[in-house]
Amino acid sequence: MVRCFLIHTVCPLSAVAPGESRVLYSRVFGPDEGVQSAQQRELSPEERRLLQKEKVAVVARQVHSAVSLSREASGRLLVETVPGEEALALQEADSGVMRLRAGDPFSEEMSVLWLGVQSLGFALVCESHENLLLAEGTLRNLTRHCLEHLHMLGQGSEVLLKSNRIDVLLSRLLPCGQLLFLNHRFAQSLEKEVAAYMAK
Amino acid sequence: MYSHGSESLIKQAREIQEPELQKFYNRLVKLLQGKEFSHETVDSLQRLHLILSATKYTRTLPSELQKRLSSLLSSPSEQLQVLSSAVLRETLPLSGQERNYNQDNISQLNSHAAALLLSQAGSRADLSSLCAQLLRSLESRPSEGPSHSLTHMLPILNTILTHSPECLTEDHMTLLSKKLVDWLRYASITQGGGASSGGFFTGPRSRQPVPIAELDGTVSGDFFTVLCVGQGFTEDQWMNVFSFSMLRHWLLTYHSVSNGNTAADTDDRSEVDGSVVSMVSATSSTSRLLPPKERLREKAFQYCQRLIEQSDRKAHKRTDTELQRACLVEAVCILDCLCIEDTSLVFRAFPCIKALFGRLSSDLSFARVLLPLAQFYLNHGEIAAVDCECVWNLVFGRFPADLFNDPFLAHELLRFLRVNLESLQLRVPQYTRSFPNLLKLLAWDSPAVVDDFVDLLPSLVTAGTAVELLHTLLDLPCLSATLILQLRSASLPICEPGGRSLLSLDAFRNPSYRGLFLFLLRGEAGSGDTIDRLSTLHELLAEAADWPRVIQCTQTVPVLLHIFFNKVITVADEKLLAHLILVQLERSSLLLNIPNYIKEIHRVFSCHLLRLCKLHPSLVVDQSHELLEFAGTTANVYSKEEIYTHVVWVLGEYLSVSCDSRCSVRLITSCFEAMEAVLFEITSSAPPPGTSSPAPRVITTLMSALAKLASRSHDLIPRVSMFLSKLRKVSRGGSVVWCSDEEDLVAIVTRGEELWSLLKAPGVAQSVLTPPPHVTTPQWHRDTNVAMPLRLRALTSLTHSQ
Repeated sequence: MVRCFLIHTVCPLSAVAPGESRVLYSRVFGPDEGVQSAQQRELSPEERRLLQKEKVAVVARQVHSAVSLSREASGRLLVETVPGEEALALQEADSGVMRLRAGDPFSEEMSVLWLGVQSLGFALVCESHENLLLAEGTLRNLTRHCLEHLHMLGQGSEVLLKSNRIDVLLSRLLPCGQLLFLNHRFAQSLEKEVAAYMAK
Repeated sequence: MYSHGSESLIKQAREIQEPELQKFYNRLVKLLQGKEFSHETVDSLQRLHLILSATKYTRTLPSELQKRLSSLLSSPSEQLQVLSSAVLRETLPLSGQERNYNQDNISQLNSHAAALLLSQAGSRADLSSLCAQLLRSLESRPSEGPSHSLTHMLPILNTILTHSPECLTEDHMTLLSKKLVDWLRYASITQGGGASSGGFFTGPRSRQPVPIAELDGTVSGDFFTVLCVGQGFTEDQWMNVFSFSMLRHWLLTYHSVSNGNTAADTDDRSEVDGSVVSMVSATSSTSRLLPPKERLREKAFQYCQRLIEQSDRKAHKRTDTELQRACLVEAVCILDCLCIEDTSLVFRAFPCIKALFGRLSSDLSFARVLLPLAQFYLNHGEIAAVDCECVWNLVFGRFPADLFNDPFLAHELLRFLRVNLESLQLRVPQYTRSFPNLLKLLAWDSPAVVDDFVDLLPSLVTAGTAVELLHTLLDLPCLSATLILQLRSASLPICEPGGRSLLSLDAFRNPSYRGLFLFLLRGEAGSGDTIDRLSTLHELLAEAADWPRVIQCTQTVPVLLHIFFNKVITVADEKLLAHLILVQLERSSLLLNIPNYIKEIHRVFSCHLLRLCKLHPSLVVDQSHELLEFAGTTANVYSKEEIYTHVVWVLGEYLSVSCDSRCSVRLITSCFEAMEAVLFEITSSAPPPGTSSPAPRVITTLMSALAKLASRSHDLIPRVSMFLSKLRKVSRGGSVVWCSDEEDLVAIVTRGEELWSLLKAPGVAQSVLTPPPHVTTPQWHRDTNVAMPLRLRALTSLTHSQ
């Protein structure tokens, strides 16, 4: 299952320290990890929420670092794309996967798949035994929809002001963090529902 | 993409002041009081979400607002459902009104409210009651109701399984097993959504159900699976998709865990009459009589076999082709899971697995499907007595050699190795020889996989291959450069028209240097520790010193060397350790010329040279010839200061009869003379152009080493005093060419004086300069014969009344 989906910055920002990443959207699926461990059950709800936010921030920083190193190593020039060129942006995106050890920061080992589309990163935190082929396809699909429906290649801030669209997208394509084996017909059916919602 | 606008929005959301926030809350409450919900309501709710989620510190909402939001969860408008659940997820439940998980019925909530309820579960008890509610409604559900209302229950159930598998009772498991069997195996085989066979004269009455189709367009001849298509889908076909999506997790959670008690029985049975049992189950026509768990296993088996067959069809759409691959991976993993649980299934599964392997093994684009197949072979190959050599040749041979630049394959391959390490070390002897290939993954993308190699490297260190592994690790940056050249050579034309081509690329393509590069690119260990023309190779790759990928690689080598040395001392005998010392001395000047890299490697070498000699002091006498040669070369002081200092130190410390009886007076004298010569030279002339003066530490270490040697062979003491008096004279003159700092010079001279005073009492000098072990590691309280315990015992017996 997927534990977490996040969208964050991967470019250097003047407002934050170098290496830090601004999380623009994050969704953790399921109950807090602390439900199982006795240690974390002693935390108050505020502390649990804080802990969860910190964990997401850790993932964002790690992905930021991975994207920067990958781009540096490949030496490819970043291609600027404009709204309308979502498919191209996705094709040109850097992608990779990394391992998060148990305890750092999630209590079990996780695999993080990431896509770096220009100045933003899209990351999926999955359990380590998950079907990564399926996860990769799902991540690309989610990213494409986000880029299109939230006009992310432009200068707008819809990712912040229309985050409910991402919520609906996730509820159809990744319900409660469940990866789905969707052939093109099933996917079309769900995407029609999503498009109908976005039109409101 | 990320604009100043977004940044300022986040800042505003974080820095909103309390009075303004309260005003906002009040306005929102008023908006929510109305019957109609306008765009303003939606925008305000979205703004509220931003304010709450932008900060990691929790803001509490006024209770009135929170109540209104809770009531919005069941609003008919999906937008309001989504927004209210998003907002409530970012805040805390009202105190005193914590959700009573026994009251709400999750199955009657819409998907957003249900997900919210799930995310707010605070304990196992909450999850248990959610689970019970879901399964109760599953049991009693009639088949009407809005579509997806059932489908959103399976993901919730799967989440509960992840966090708290004990929530399900035996009855629950039986119920769900039965349901899963129905959905997986007996879903409708006609298209849903009112699809008709078309035609001019069709009316509602003549609408005939259209059968489902395969991905290549042909009509489907068997039961429905995720690889079947139709114009529309029925509810149970949706459930088929959701069921398959969670099937592996279900099997992993319940079929391996709960079988813990009966595992011993099934193993015995299969061992005793393995072949007989397999014949019987090969023709399982009696599946209807099986208990629910076994029935699910049987149906899952059939589903996977069908998927494997369906994946051979040529899909019309690219996304479907990708799905077929994902399905192959999933199907093989599920079959593996089932066979682990019931070994009699292995004989039924293997023909299918073997055929699939045969079909895919020549096509590297299926590499990620071949890994789960390799896992199957590893787990069950022995039972089925199948030869797995071709599998391992792929996994350890072709994959790392040809697909090193696929980050996903690298990740999965390394995970496969990590998870199966013990098994591989037992069953696959070529594993420990395959490090030249495996290290290609590291050389290409060090930051992504170094963590995996930290775990795997110890298993690759064996006495037989240690020296070759050390050389390979030291030349990892060269391998990195070579891989880059290999890829460029394949993609660039042979001669670029009028362009400047890389020198290194020319060298790579040059037949006379072919052997060098081929050695680096070798797949297996055993053909030689390293090559003679290593320095030539380094020169050819000189321009790679500033390639980012190569630099990233150099940053991981020191860590891996530490791991290597830590492991090798546990498996090596003294002969091998001696060889490793020689390799360190030799390679300290034979490294790819990247300044920071050379410095770091020298530091690692120094550390481990010291450790090896501490563990086995006789190594110093053993290798005295080479160590002396190193210590006697003045140039080493300037180019390899760190290592030089440590070599001199170990010579001074361990070249003595007490460490090794082979140590003779002649050896001590020749060592003394070699070091004395160097010391004279570096303290009388300026450093060669381009180098800086030697650090005071080198000089004082040399002096101390000489003093230690002299304390063991007293004839040498006058020579030490001669040197020290010369030093004093020279330093009185003020500054010297070989030491730039006056304070350093004073420290050096002071040290010299201390050593000289010590040597005036030769008998004491030896025990002060090289104290015997019982002095350096005192055992006062542990050694029962030493005075302190005796005294304490005496006192105790005196003070305790009889």
